[in-house]
Amino acid sequence: MSKTTIDVASFIRRNYTPYSGDESFLEKPTRKTVKVWGKTKQLLNKEFKKGGVLGVDVKTVSTITSHKPGYIDRSNESIVGVQTDKPLIRALKPGGGIKLAEKTCEVLGYKPDPTIHEMYTKYITTHNDAVFDIYKYWDEFKTPAGKFFRSEGIITGLPDNYSRGRIIGDYRRIALYGIDLLLAERMADEERICGSYMNEENLNKRVEFHKQTKSLKDLKTMAASYGFDIGKPAKDVKEAIQWLYFGYLAAVKEQDGAAMSMGRIDAFIDIYAEKDLKKGKYTESEVQQFVDDFVIKLRIVRHLRHPEYDALFAGDPTWVTCVLGGMRVGTGKVKGRAKAGKHMVTKTSFRLLHTLTNLGPAPEPNLTILWSDGLPEGFKQYSSRVAIESSSLQFENDDLMRHYHGDDYGIACCVSAMAIGKEMQFFGARCNLPKLLLLLINEGRNELSGDLVIDGLKPLKNKKTLEYREVSQRFYKLMDWLAKKYVETMNVIHYMHDRHHYENSQMALHDPEIHRFMAFGMAGMSIVADSLSAIKHAKVRPVYNKKGIATDFKITGAYPAFGNDDARVDNIAIELCKKFTTALRKYPTYRGAEHSLSLLTITANVVYGKHTGATPDGRKAFEPFAPGANPMHNRDKKGALASLNSVAKLPYDYCRDGISNTFSITPSTLGKTSDDREENLMNMLDGYFKKGGHHINVNVINREVLEDAMAKPWKYPQLTIRVSGYAVNFIKLTKEQQTEVISRTFHKKFY
Amino acid sequence: MPCRKFTKSELVKIKPVNKASGMIHSFETFGALDGPGIRFVAFLEGCPLRCAYCHNRDMLDLKNYMKMSAKALLEEVGKYKAYFGKNGGVTVSGGDPVLQPKFTLEFLKLCKKAKIHTALDTSLFTSKKVIDSFLPYTDLFMISLKHFDSETHRCLTGVPNEKILENIRYLSEKLGRAGSAKIRFRYVILPGYTDTKENLKALREFLGEVKFDLIELLPYHTYGVYKWKKLGLNYLLKGVASPSKKSIQKIKKMLEKDGFKVLISE
Repeated sequence: MSKTTIDVASFIRRNYTPYSGDESFLEKPTRKTVKVWGKTKQLLNKEFKKGGVLGVDVKTVSTITSHKPGYIDRSNESIVGVQTDKPLIRALKPGGGIKLAEKTCEVLGYKPDPTIHEMYTKYITTHNDAVFDIYKYWDEFKTPAGKFFRSEGIITGLPDNYSRGRIIGDYRRIALYGIDLLLAERMADEERICGSYMNEENLNKRVEFHKQTKSLKDLKTMAASYGFDIGKPAKDVKEAIQWLYFGYLAAVKEQDGAAMSMGRIDAFIDIYAEKDLKKGKYTESEVQQFVDDFVIKLRIVRHLRHPEYDALFAGDPTWVTCVLGGMRVGTGKVKGRAKAGKHMVTKTSFRLLHTLTNLGPAPEPNLTILWSDGLPEGFKQYSSRVAIESSSLQFENDDLMRHYHGDDYGIACCVSAMAIGKEMQFFGARCNLPKLLLLLINEGRNELSGDLVIDGLKPLKNKKTLEYREVSQRFYKLMDWLAKKYVETMNVIHYMHDRHHYENSQMALHDPEIHRFMAFGMAGMSIVADSLSAIKHAKVRPVYNKKGIATDFKITGAYPAFGNDDARVDNIAIELCKKFTTALRKYPTYRGAEHSLSLLTITANVVYGKHTGATPDGRKAFEPFAPGANPMHNRDKKGALASLNSVAKLPYDYCRDGISNTFSITPSTLGKTSDDREENLMNMLDGYFKKGGHHINVNVINREVLEDAMAKPWKYPQLTIRVSGYAVNFIKLTKEQQTEVISRTFHKKFY
Repeated sequence: MPCRKFTKSELVKIKPVNKASGMIHSFETFGALDGPGIRFVAFLEGCPLRCAYCHNRDMLDLKNYMKMSAKALLEEVGKYKAYFGKNGGVTVSGGDPVLQPKFTLEFLKLCKKAKIHTALDTSLFTSKKVIDSFLPYTDLFMISLKHFDSETHRCLTGVPNEKILENIRYLSEKLGRAGSAKIRFRYVILPGYTDTKENLKALREFLGEVKFDLIELLPYHTYGVYKWKKLGLNYLLKGVASPSKKSIQKIKKMLEKDGFKVLISE
């Protein structure tokens, strides 16, 4: 039997043109782009004035083919396609859950459609229905007080009432092969893999394959409505970008997961661009126009979100994460990891970065530089400069990720790597680690409500002054208890999502058999590390209220805090990561998914803080957490590099879903001249990644500018900063989130 | 104009300390403003001067410091070596490293042995013997020029300027051509004092006599005043405002016209 012909990675490796020069070849936006972007900015302004939502189509259940074509500026757009029939209008995807979708419509001032309501409450089981049906009858998911465990804030952000995201379709396959071949291959895959006998295992696979092939046909229909036959491969760079975009568009018509990421497309698109430029089919200006137009489309992706979601994930993010650069897998190993081969920077890597200049800064697409020491100087310099000027970039360690995923991987959401078309993630949000510590101290009671969450948790022997050995050992045991519940909850969620809200088109653009990760998360790690450090090195005395709950902590003496490159506390942080992942690994996952862990909070660090009482590190009740793996605000006393060193120590091998680090600095602190700043940033990145750091958001911005943007948001419609894991339009954050960002460690030197 | 005499207790604290172990006030791991590239800046405790506009007044009285051997300090530096790249390194500042010449020398020696680029941020108010000892182990001397009228210099810093200017000439001669890479000047623009016509004229004349890389113009600021208040000391430059960007640009252009290289924060 023949093997599949689908192999995008090999096509790229054989055909791409590495580019080691600088940005001088780049072109400014064409008149057409300026027109389209101008119209788009008008629409964005309208949307902002309307409170952030331009409109909602309540009458249509969104599918790949549900909507007529829509345009921004039909005569000037070179890449077409919007999610509904009008740009910026949000659509209903009730397959994830009808309750949340309707609540959202109402809160936004739109009346839900009665027919859709009837369909999804009487006749169709949504993902949300199915999951809660299990929750209802799962005794261990309920607290002794009878509430669902998910309401206690220990595990948060679960995708149990909407799409799960964290899947990157290999949209490039449509451009390279055309839908007709992909269809034929998927049907051949079914024959190759399933065999003729109709048993349960083969039937499960067949069911999924059929969903996928149907969606491929729907994709073709959708593209045809826009006037394109995507049955055949793309013939030039314009078609390559259009075909690829149609693939992504289908995904965001079907699903509204938090992270609907783009993948790795720079070298791929560049192959077509180089060919066309050589042939003289298109000019550099035109190629940039196609890229600009494509990026405009990515900037206007919108999902229907409840305001509660916005509090958790501020700024209306879509995480259209697009990685740039990276290195080929080389021959041989160094320090046990695969060596780097040639670099994968192409002119299109530059063109995509250049959109931040041609169209101004924006948080989407979430441009992510795959950094390695071996990247060419020109690209390093250009990306540093763009990072400083726009504060819209994040940088990640290609050497770390390439070792596990090869040289054709992308990032889902902010920090989570996977090989394109060959791996997917079961998204699991994160647990609130400080709250778990407080549960231990308060004998299983929620420190804010007083409700019993865990039964039978014995009181600490040392209640007056906390004792390190006792607290740490019992805390790790409690971590294990949480790990079991966390894995089980995820099994329920993803079992149901596969059944009731499957990602048809995205999975059609994966290999027939893939590797799965189950992506868990930890928030507030630096608080727990500092708390344990305080208990160990200083004296921590809980202040108990009348009910016997610790509502505050008195600390006598100093303790080493995370963020100062001090092994005494950094080792505790490392231990926390290792212990939690080891605990998770004990519990079997749905579909045998590989356990992974992230230290990532997005802007939810503010909300987690609000839901957590005072902690033993000295943090007061309701104060925000630090984002991701960052040290707590203003506890890093030795300067920015000591802070980076601490974070770089965290073990990526135990945190494969990613370790997020947000770095904010004023321009004058980064260096005296713009050349100095560029050079210093490059050296900083080289050093941080050499030391094993995984990820860094770079915000180079003035405190005064941010304060001004808080007061006068209309002056800064495009002010972008990086916030744990992604960039966000600053003016879209709530005042609370804005204050928190400003107060966060700004490394500012006055002399 | 504020003019002061040193008190008896201050006269003790301005004498050089020749101990092997260092008195370190603090360090800055991401020093991007204290010499070229990314630098580990060690702020040494103590100083032979008492400048009226000092923004590190809390590091001068030998009261608030950690005791560290040169070896221990080098170990700390080692944690940040990965960030230095081609042009970064260590800057010994403070206070003023010339107050602890023995420790500073030992530390510079260890840095050079570890192939780390070294810079000194100093007034150079010291002996020629100390300068000679530092020379082989210092890649960059960043020397503060305060004022060219000796009496005004004494009022502003507590010491006259003859020794400092003589030392600079001495260093410049010893370095010869190498001075164009190894000497930098730092000049605080203090409105009404250092930006006067006469003083700028004297500055330009002086600069013409020595070989150096560049002169850094630092605008006077008041972010360090709270430290004086905290120590219960009288800040004598109340009411002096920071220079405008325009005035700094003017001075920059003037010096560039003379053919000198000028560095300011953009």
